[in-house]
Amino acid sequence: MSDASINSASFENEAQFGDYFALLKPRVMTLVVFTAFVGLLAAPTPVHPFIGFCAVLFIALGGGASGALNMWYDADIDAVMKRTAKRPIPAGKVTKDEAFAIGIALSAFAVVFLGLATNWLAAGLLAFTIFFYVVIYTMWLKRWTPQNIVIGGAAGAFPPMIGWAAATGTVSVEAVLMFCLTFMWTPPHFWALALFMRSDYDDAGVPMLTVTHGRRTTRKHILAYTILLAVLAIGTAFTSLGGPVYLATALVLNALFLKGAVAIWRRDEDMSEADNFKVERSFFKLSLLYLFAHFGAILVDALLVRVGLIGGWA
Amino acid sequence: MSIAKEHELHHRRKGRNIGLGLVLAAAIALIFGLTIVKVGTGDFGNALQETQN
Repeated sequence: MSDASINSASFENEAQFGDYFALLKPRVMTLVVFTAFVGLLAAPTPVHPFIGFCAVLFIALGGGASGALNMWYDADIDAVMKRTAKRPIPAGKVTKDEAFAIGIALSAFAVVFLGLATNWLAAGLLAFTIFFYVVIYTMWLKRWTPQNIVIGGAAGAFPPMIGWAAATGTVSVEAVLMFCLTFMWTPPHFWALALFMRSDYDDAGVPMLTVTHGRRTTRKHILAYTILLAVLAIGTAFTSLGGPVYLATALVLNALFLKGAVAIWRRDEDMSEADNFKVERSFFKLSLLYLFAHFGAILVDALLVRVGLIGGWA
Repeated sequence: MSIAKEHELHHRRKGRNIGLGLVLAAAIALIFGLTIVKVGTGDFGNALQETQN
């Protein structure tokens, strides 16, 4: 036995670098990075490539920091839910205090450096996003109301607006439209997840719509929000944010998304149980493609206008 | 067994230390790069003018 082995048992569960990285919710971060990137590049004001890179990085870090603070506060319910039980805190890899310290330090770093790299409007919006996600959503709405993800969805919708503000120093109608697109997309995306994660939210006592109003109501809500989203997404094609690529993308994806929402609405629990929620799962997967494709199309149209291949709508 | 032998514990910590080292190096490179770009594009010009006035 070496000296080091005496206490090694207590370090068996010691965090690796990847565990700290997992605190930042890397998968959510990909959405933040991409939408912020689109917001930044779709803006009419050119940004120095390195400043643009830093801006997206700081927005991503701010998003990651809010993820760490969310895990700090929600450690109790994360431990109960199957989907989140392996997160670093419930898995015993990282302590709550460590997650809190990392979250606060990264938040401050991200906000201050975004302000220094771009402008203080963008930094202020990032600070508000972190506050909204951690305090308004995580601490307040999530455990209190079934409208939690409807209102809380705003936190995930801010990144493209911050990207736009970082480039232009203002918040214009295009930035608001990108915000609305993500905001309206969030409820059907999460409610589909809640349908096939079944007992998870029940066990944790989180008042998801499936728990408080039942699964039938959730199916109706998914359809209603998907219709509203389709109107917004296709309508956006005819604004200054849209273009031919966006219009084509929006028409195809909204048709598919509506088809999926109608299928979910028509199904009952027996049908879903029989095929292990096949339709709900594919709707959830499609929702990821939906958002990435819409923002990708906004980016392509903006770049086509910039190189002079198309004139743009407005 | 020699006390100098590397324990499995050290292996596990090595990854964490290297990761942290890379993050710090990236932070330095980032701040340096930002400073160069800001000075190069004249973003600090206004602040300099204000201090001179």
